[in-house]
Amino acid sequence: MIPISLIQSTAEVLMDKAAIEIPQDYLDGLQHAAKTEDGDLSSFVLKAMLDNYEAAKEDRRAMCGDTGVPRWFVKMGNEARVEGGMVALEAALRRATANATNGVPLRPNRVHPLWRTDHDNNVGIGAPEIEYGFEPEGEWIDLITVHKGGLFGTDYRMLFPSDGIQGIKRFYLDSLMAFGKRGLACQPAIIGIGLGGSKDICMTLGKRASTLRIVGSRNSDPRIAEMEDEFKDLGNSIGMGAMGFVGKNMVIDCNIEVGYCHTGGMPMSVHAFCLSSRRAVARIHADGRVEHRTDPDWFTDYQRRETVEWEPQREAAE
Amino acid sequence: MREIVLSTTPTDEAIADLRLGDVVYLDGLMYTAREGVYMRALEDKANIPMELPSQSAANFHCSPAARINPDGSFDMGAVTATASFRFAKWLPEWMAKTGAKLIVGKGGMTSKDYKEYFAPNGAVYLSTVGYGTGALLGRGVENVEAVHWNKELGLAQAMWVIKCNRMGPFIVASDLSGDCLFERENAKIAKNVARVYAGTKPAVLKRYGESDDRTDEVI
Repeated sequence: MIPISLIQSTAEVLMDKAAIEIPQDYLDGLQHAAKTEDGDLSSFVLKAMLDNYEAAKEDRRAMCGDTGVPRWFVKMGNEARVEGGMVALEAALRRATANATNGVPLRPNRVHPLWRTDHDNNVGIGAPEIEYGFEPEGEWIDLITVHKGGLFGTDYRMLFPSDGIQGIKRFYLDSLMAFGKRGLACQPAIIGIGLGGSKDICMTLGKRASTLRIVGSRNSDPRIAEMEDEFKDLGNSIGMGAMGFVGKNMVIDCNIEVGYCHTGGMPMSVHAFCLSSRRAVARIHADGRVEHRTDPDWFTDYQRRETVEWEPQREAAE
Repeated sequence: MREIVLSTTPTDEAIADLRLGDVVYLDGLMYTAREGVYMRALEDKANIPMELPSQSAANFHCSPAARINPDGSFDMGAVTATASFRFAKWLPEWMAKTGAKLIVGKGGMTSKDYKEYFAPNGAVYLSTVGYGTGALLGRGVENVEAVHWNKELGLAQAMWVIKCNRMGPFIVASDLSGDCLFERENAKIAKNVARVYAGTKPAVLKRYGESDDRTDEVI
């Protein structure tokens, strides 16, 4: 049984870490980009961002003044049990979000869409979002917080099988061109592409591809992994860099996730994470141990399963 | 790239000297203003609670990551701009009313904005860098002098008055000729677009916006 107080205190630490500490995989990617960049303006921008990460860590202040929209992904081993049940867990995550907003401090971004009423704590109707995943074994619970930007850098389009790969490329380029002008989506970023699913799941897949997979990870389907490499290079060949200035670096990595869709369609979403790729992860074990990391490791073989029943031994033997 | 330290109540000469792409650091008082402030000051005709432009001619499209402590003091962490194009409908009137000379934000405005009311008012646009050098800009905040209209607008929309001490970096994104740094860069990138798109084809199902005629078929 995992104590609810441990869930809340761990969640508060995660809010702080996500806001302040740039994940190492993204930092490595951006440092590599800074070395290859030769546009004078975009080079200056990347250098300033690298200085900014240092300043944030030294001062323990948020990397970015725009907190985005903090949200939670919760993954549980099948045997995990939480004190007070899932209602208590949701309350703990809402409390942690509110407390950290005041504590770090973060910007209280969340308001009612119509009345613009503001609780000054990033909590409200449907906020923070809390999504769930499960794994076949284990008594642990993974808490993942992501503070993705809330305004720019996502799009969706229903494509069709006859659009083919060239149609996918075109919508990808359309999206990057639109996101990248004047740097509104804060590139260079991890770009996530969702292909398939129903419309809402297509968006979910793309968002998770950008926020829950790290730089350098590759889809377990080797042909999709090849597309990821190709699309990263394609995005970086536009000639647009940071802030929409002339440059070579628009895409730090491109992650693609797929889901089965209607036989007549090929829905596609594109999502850009940002220069402050805020994500933090902790695994809480049943014995009270807490392990922090920055890789959500969300897309396991189980999450990508294709069969009716989950038969890990059979899949492992294949 | 040139580095310049500029006052938030700059002289006309100092502004005239700025060139597109210069890196600027700011000294002096700067106030934040986004949707809520413009609506309250311009549409609801509330009295602006500062002497402008004598106290500050620097308008920052920003809301900080900050809190007001129970004792009334302030803690300001990171400071990042928000996208400026959304405020174009209010800026001409704001500029006329407040004498703002430095508009500081994210993403700039159009050269049409710059030519129509920035340049004639002797004003230029400074862009934040990144975006999201929130920690660096936060370091440049020497003091939070006041927060106005917090009760009416909430923390994120309130008018924060901050004292800048070599706050930056910012990039000069417009000049007194009304030229626009982002448009200049976009024009260079645009030359490459046809090559990048070569081989791709338009989607079989069109979307409105791609054809502006709503009477068109979409296939």
